[in-house]
Amino acid sequence: MLDYAWLVLAFPAAGALLNTFLGGSLGRRAVGWLASGAVALAFLASLGLFAQLMGLPGHERSVTVHLWDWIRVGTFQVPAALLVDPLSVTMALVVTGVGTLIHVYSVGYMAEEPRYQRYFVYLNFFVLAMLVLVLSDNFLGMYVGWEGVGLASYLLIGFWFDRRDASYGYYADAGKKAFLVNRVGDFGMALAIMILWTGLGSVTFLEVFAGVEKLAAGTLTLASLLLLLAATGKSAQIPLYVWLPDAMAGPTPVSALIHAATMVTAGIYMIARTYPLWEAAPAASAVAAWVGGLTALLAATMALVQVDLKKILAYSTISQLGYMMLGVGVGAYAFAIFHLITHAFFKALLFLAAGNVMHGLHGELDIRRMGNLRARMPQTARLFTVGALALAGFPLTSGFFSKDSILFAAFERSPALYGLGLFTALLTAFYSFRAVFLAFWGRERDPDLFARAHESPAIMRGPLWILAGLALAGGGLNLPRVLPLLEHWLEPAVGALEIHAGLGLEMTLMAVGGLVALAGIYLAHARYVQEAAWAQGLAQGLAPLRPLLERGWYVEDLYRAAVVEPLWALARFSAQVVDRGIIDGTVNLVGQLHLLASDGLRRLQNGLIPTYALSLFVGVVVAVLYFVFG
Amino acid sequence: MNLSFLYENIHVLLPEAILFLGALAVVGADLLRPKDGDGRGLGALALLTVVAGLVGTAYIWGRPPATYLGGASLDGFALGVRVVVLTAAFFAVLLSMGYAPRITWQTGEYYALLLLATAGMSLLGATTELALLFVALETFSLALYVLTGIYRRNPRSAEASLKYFLLGGFASGFFVYGAALLYGAGGTTDLALLGQRLAAGEANTSLLWAGMALLLVGFGFKLSLVPFHMWTPDVYQGAPTPITAFMSVGTKTAALAGFIRVLGTALPAQQATWGWALAVLAVLTMTVGNLAALRQMSLKRMLAYSSIAHAGYILVALVPGTAQGTAAALFYLFAYGLMNIGAFAVVVALERTAENDVDQGGFRGMATLYPALAAAMAVFMFSLAGIPPLAGFFGKFLVFKAAVEGGWTWLAVLGVLNSAISAYYYLRITVAIYFDQAQAVPARNAWAGLNLGIALAALGTVLVGIYPSLWIALFQGLGG
Repeated sequence: MLDYAWLVLAFPAAGALLNTFLGGSLGRRAVGWLASGAVALAFLASLGLFAQLMGLPGHERSVTVHLWDWIRVGTFQVPAALLVDPLSVTMALVVTGVGTLIHVYSVGYMAEEPRYQRYFVYLNFFVLAMLVLVLSDNFLGMYVGWEGVGLASYLLIGFWFDRRDASYGYYADAGKKAFLVNRVGDFGMALAIMILWTGLGSVTFLEVFAGVEKLAAGTLTLASLLLLLAATGKSAQIPLYVWLPDAMAGPTPVSALIHAATMVTAGIYMIARTYPLWEAAPAASAVAAWVGGLTALLAATMALVQVDLKKILAYSTISQLGYMMLGVGVGAYAFAIFHLITHAFFKALLFLAAGNVMHGLHGELDIRRMGNLRARMPQTARLFTVGALALAGFPLTSGFFSKDSILFAAFERSPALYGLGLFTALLTAFYSFRAVFLAFWGRERDPDLFARAHESPAIMRGPLWILAGLALAGGGLNLPRVLPLLEHWLEPAVGALEIHAGLGLEMTLMAVGGLVALAGIYLAHARYVQEAAWAQGLAQGLAPLRPLLERGWYVEDLYRAAVVEPLWALARFSAQVVDRGIIDGTVNLVGQLHLLASDGLRRLQNGLIPTYALSLFVGVVVAVLYFVFG
Repeated sequence: MNLSFLYENIHVLLPEAILFLGALAVVGADLLRPKDGDGRGLGALALLTVVAGLVGTAYIWGRPPATYLGGASLDGFALGVRVVVLTAAFFAVLLSMGYAPRITWQTGEYYALLLLATAGMSLLGATTELALLFVALETFSLALYVLTGIYRRNPRSAEASLKYFLLGGFASGFFVYGAALLYGAGGTTDLALLGQRLAAGEANTSLLWAGMALLLVGFGFKLSLVPFHMWTPDVYQGAPTPITAFMSVGTKTAALAGFIRVLGTALPAQQATWGWALAVLAVLTMTVGNLAALRQMSLKRMLAYSSIAHAGYILVALVPGTAQGTAAALFYLFAYGLMNIGAFAVVVALERTAENDVDQGGFRGMATLYPALAAAMAVFMFSLAGIPPLAGFFGKFLVFKAAVEGGWTWLAVLGVLNSAISAYYYLRITVAIYFDQAQAVPARNAWAGLNLGIALAALGTVLVGIYPSLWIALFQGLGG
């Protein structure tokens, strides 16, 4: 009955193929609408799957749709099959839903782009790969999607590969950095898959989960940690987060879709998808929780001092992904997915609004040159503020509920992690509204730029209003205790979280979370709008930390010195000494020796009959000696 | 006097008879032709004769084994040799049709000698008797001495002819001396009978070994095995190119056929002794041939050394003394015939007639000027280098396989290493054809026969490579 599930994949695939081969003759508008339509149809197909799953009793909401046998080599059997269950359908809805809005937005945003056709082909390809990732019923299929989204990300970060500026260097290099850093994580995933297959003889999720007890605890922990490594790459966590800020070199809708709403959440999805492994490997879960908590804090501190609007959002994304990682680490898979969804709404909204700012300011993204933009682009200002409210966790917005759910679950496991998350929430509210106040409030710092600023066309506002509505009301998906819709829905796929704390404690924590958000917003207001003396004094007091944060805690410098430079040195050694010197040298020496021998033989061939006869006669003598006396 | 024994089983030599009669017909037609004619009709007659020879071969194909006057036998091996020799002759006539009239007014003699040489080579595959073997050897050798020098205006041609004749005479002296010693050892010139007497211990072995050594020299000269090879580059370069193409394949096939007859029929039990001698000769020949080819500028000299190297590879197949080796050698010769004659045909197409040669520079940028010719040359070079899936690859594969299965793995390894060296000079030509800028526009020679010859050779090289099993089966069936 779910046999049509393949359509979800077929639509974006068809869109990418049609635009590749016919896009040139279709005309620009048609290319954009074709791509958007393909994703919209995939969204409708996902809705169909959703509706049908809803019609099933809870324990039957897991359907494997077998497409064909993909690999059959001895005992290595991999089907090409889709796993349709609440988790995968939820992800498919987010990917295609947010994806549709961003495709539509791109039609306007990329209107002047010469490589328009290529852009939409890549974007459709990304959606296809992401859907393969979330819908596959086995590790190998997920790996294909995992690599596919990595490729799409690489292609789109470096979309303007011929551009170069002070912030990113060559844009192509930003793409390469993302790809290479992700390779480290991908390697972990490949190893994990091999370990699981070696131990269990299967790569199908359900078969692996059924056999988890058969694995030794050490093996399981190792496999989980390798999966965690993969997740830290794709979802930009410590230690592999460094590629995401550079990924902002890509077009802004790409940042919204791939590097905020969907692809970067693949690591979170993967852990939620494989939760039976993590339940059985508590040590690995604990590592994930701490990685998430520390990443959330570290990235938030770095977001405090960024002056590029998109980079603020990039560090914020890393930080929010940290929350999600913290969520799956403490076993609150449903809450992590909840935050994943709300984050997709409000972060896509923030990026697209930032895209409008960039569009209206002719490419300028430095918030120090902005100010009072609400006068020139009032709708964008309102949209961005809505997104910032949700990000800050302003009470009753979607971000408030999802973040507090994770913090509550963390409090149950470890007060230290809760403290980390709460402090991060304060920083989050502060840096979100720092951006809002600097960009849209106050006075215009660059009158010239201000004068030329303009609001964006309707096609670049409509999708944002939808996202804004979702960002405000998305909390309704899962009102804790009152109406935990999402928790119930996901329960067959990710299990239920056992909650021991009472209602009173939960309400208290929620109130604390709301107050912290308000405090952060107030601090930003005092510092950047009122410019109150005490706030300035506080800023003065913290100024010594500024260089540290601006350098990103010297992490990149450390990587450069400890990893990049030694590898370069090794590469240079291999290329110049080993390859050119030893290998080429040996080969050339062999060749030269042969040529020398050739010259020698040529000299013997002097054209004189006596010489030739002598050679023949030597042969005669040797032959006779051999045969007669040998 | 009853002469009917002369006609008994005369079909054994049917192809040779056709070739011989064809040669006479060419001479006769030459007398009748108008003085201002260009001899094109003679070429057609020669081609017809060769085709008739092939038809004759097909006619006696598959008949029960028979012998004629105790000197020649009808067997699969003889048929296989004829296929290769007649194929080579077929291509040689095609290449000569526009060529011979340019270099000599004696086109009648040219074609008649070519057919006689073919008859001699063909006969060598059928003979089972030492005296006849020598006659056949000299028949084609004498014809080739003359043909080598038939381009009289070209001093190099005359020089080559004289060198070939003198050194050939020197070698033939050893050969006939060796044959005499073998006769002395066994009291017979019949190879099979000699083999029986050796097996029965009725032969004088010291005479036998001395005779064997001298026969080896005679065959080694014709096969251009190192150190009996030194005439090869000079003669190949000096001879008219179609003749070079013909003898590079025909001489080798015929001499090898005679060699296999002697070793396989008379001396199979002595394989342990001659196997080692052949192995050493094979290594020397492959190595010296390939090394010397590396630095040649003249394409004909390069192909001459290349043909020396190929003789070395073929010799590898004989070392184990197995039927499999014989079949592999015949297959190799067939493949080698197609690709090597093809390469010489491209030389014919590109050379300036007065120079009777083309140097490597002549190939620069050829791909842009003559794409089809360039592609054909690339096919020949890749095949000569032994790159799959072309004919040359399977030739080498079978030869080395026969060596490995006969227990001579080290020899096969050396053969493969040599093959790697050879890739350098073959691929250098391909690189010049496709990657260099054209320097000057070389005028390309073209006549229908030449174009047909190149096309057929290229097609054959590819087809034999794609369906090797067909040809392998053919020559394996003949190997015994």
